[in-house]
Amino acid sequence: MTTFLRKRAVSSAIPLLVVLLGVFLLARLTGDPTSLYLPESATPDQRAEFAAANGLDKPVWQQLLDYLWGVLHLDFGTSLRTGEPAAEMVLRAYPHTLQLAGVTMLLAVLGAVVVGSWAAYRPNSPADRASSFLSMTGASVPDFWIAVTGVWIFAVVLGILPTSGNDNGILSWILPIFVLMIRPLGVLTQVVRGAMVSALSAPYVRLARSKGADSRRVVTHHALRNAAAPALTVAGDLAVGLVNGAVIVETIFGWPGIGKLMIDSILQRDFAVLQAAVLLTAVTIFLLNVVIDICYALLDARVRDTTTV
Amino acid sequence: MTATERAPQTPPAPTSAPPTPRRRAPRLSRLLLNDRVAVVAAGVLVLAALCALLGPLLLGEAAQRQDLALSKLPPLSFDELGWLGLLGTDPLGRSVLARVIVASATTFAVALPTVILSMVIGSAIGLWAGFHRGRRETVAMRFADVIMSFPSLLLAVVVLYVFTPGIATIVLVLTITRIPVYLRTSRAESAELQRRGFVDAARTFGTPSGAIIRRHVLPIVLPTLLTVATLDFCFVVLAESSLSFLGIGIQPPDVSWGLMVAEGRTYLRTAWWLSFFPGLAIVVTTVSATVLSAWVRLATDPAQRWRLSVPAARKKEVPA
Repeated sequence: MTTFLRKRAVSSAIPLLVVLLGVFLLARLTGDPTSLYLPESATPDQRAEFAAANGLDKPVWQQLLDYLWGVLHLDFGTSLRTGEPAAEMVLRAYPHTLQLAGVTMLLAVLGAVVVGSWAAYRPNSPADRASSFLSMTGASVPDFWIAVTGVWIFAVVLGILPTSGNDNGILSWILPIFVLMIRPLGVLTQVVRGAMVSALSAPYVRLARSKGADSRRVVTHHALRNAAAPALTVAGDLAVGLVNGAVIVETIFGWPGIGKLMIDSILQRDFAVLQAAVLLTAVTIFLLNVVIDICYALLDARVRDTTTV
Repeated sequence: MTATERAPQTPPAPTSAPPTPRRRAPRLSRLLLNDRVAVVAAGVLVLAALCALLGPLLLGEAAQRQDLALSKLPPLSFDELGWLGLLGTDPLGRSVLARVIVASATTFAVALPTVILSMVIGSAIGLWAGFHRGRRETVAMRFADVIMSFPSLLLAVVVLYVFTPGIATIVLVLTITRIPVYLRTSRAESAELQRRGFVDAARTFGTPSGAIIRRHVLPIVLPTLLTVATLDFCFVVLAESSLSFLGIGIQPPDVSWGLMVAEGRTYLRTAWWLSFFPGLAIVVTTVSATVLSAWVRLATDPAQRWRLSVPAARKKEVPA
């Protein structure tokens, strides 16, 4: 199991390194970095001062080492907008995004397991049609449009939900979570349904049926357990997609999370904050992939014992 | 397409279907005409493509015409603007309908090059890697993994921060993020095909591997790639509109559906139609692409094609 985990951890660490290097290269090699960090209105004097203060006159390899050293110490420089350390701003926004993403994933998994297994158990039932509808919506409806239309209907016309912010208790959570859930719910429902269809026709399920286990137990104990593995594999991809969704949802609903911070720092040309936010997101995805791999190994003995993955 | 999606294998064609005089499978166009939903979906996409092609020529001027006297007219204001008032006007008095039609050109200008470029590059690398196996395969797959494990929006965000946003930059970013989809699909198929007898036969005759890939492997993989591409079209349309919505995609004065939704957000209290209809245009286009992609998947798979020629009454009895 440790061999498996070590190999997986190494292969998911590669993207992380690519991100680190990519951000550095984009910042240094696409021309003058000062034009990235400083607003377009900066004077030549300000630029020269900035270059000297940040060691931009040193050779590139030394800059790279300095940069990696800074990243290890969470030193991303200061925000041009607020003058705060970029790391602090990002860490302050981070929990808001985690809460939002966590609750969304929890609800999406619950919904997908219920609808997906029901759909597999009873083909052509309302649940089956609901599962096709969910996966169709998840794949083809723009989340930002659902969000804007949701604000229009529930906040503007009906006036029962707040338009933005997260300081209105449970009410302010409803629309963001609903919008963020559309895509993961659609994908997961489809995966659970597919896995359950093949699990329900597997020999061990037929055996369980023939020895007289009642059908609810067959679904929950025998089939669902084995169907969990494929669902777990897409969880990593879903988390990656959730980042995209979070940027949109947070921007629309004024959620003070990391996605909104990213867009704000782009639109106001605050590269230090953008860089810190991108790196933190990449680290989160890396850690999540490691956790998923551990769960996967715990769930499936065949993966755990093989050394050639 | 994931393995799980393909997993539920279908039983062979029902024997009670009336035997056709010709043994050849029905032509694709005939199959398409029999499926009403797929016809509608294809029709919508053709209409959208026509709008993209002719819209800027015919309505380019109408979409720019500003008249503050006609500001924020609600939908169905035919009296002031004729049929251009169908979807109302924006705060500057421009016809929303004309702008939605003109914006379809932007959608296609981004989506078509992206889908074609990523399909060509991705499948070329994938076919080559899967055919040769070994180290080349490992390197190509690692490359795909790296791109896939990184949120596409983050890449877009960083790249669009550094370069000026525009159609070319967006096509570049989206192409990079979509290459792995084709790479993975074509690598898997090509790795499976290169073990087959007919490839071995070609090898025995001394055919160079490039020619084998082109003449023997590619034709078999192509239907799968086209299915993936139809579905991917939908993804790219969504991605472009999301970027434009966030303000890092298409920039004004160009129009894009995502950008129109974003601009209309400010007027949600007074003019809901400004963001509702452009969004609806996205939904109609992407849903059609998804429906058509599902249809193409069935129609190009000989083992599944019978489902399309089963009369609707029978289809209900067959487990889906």
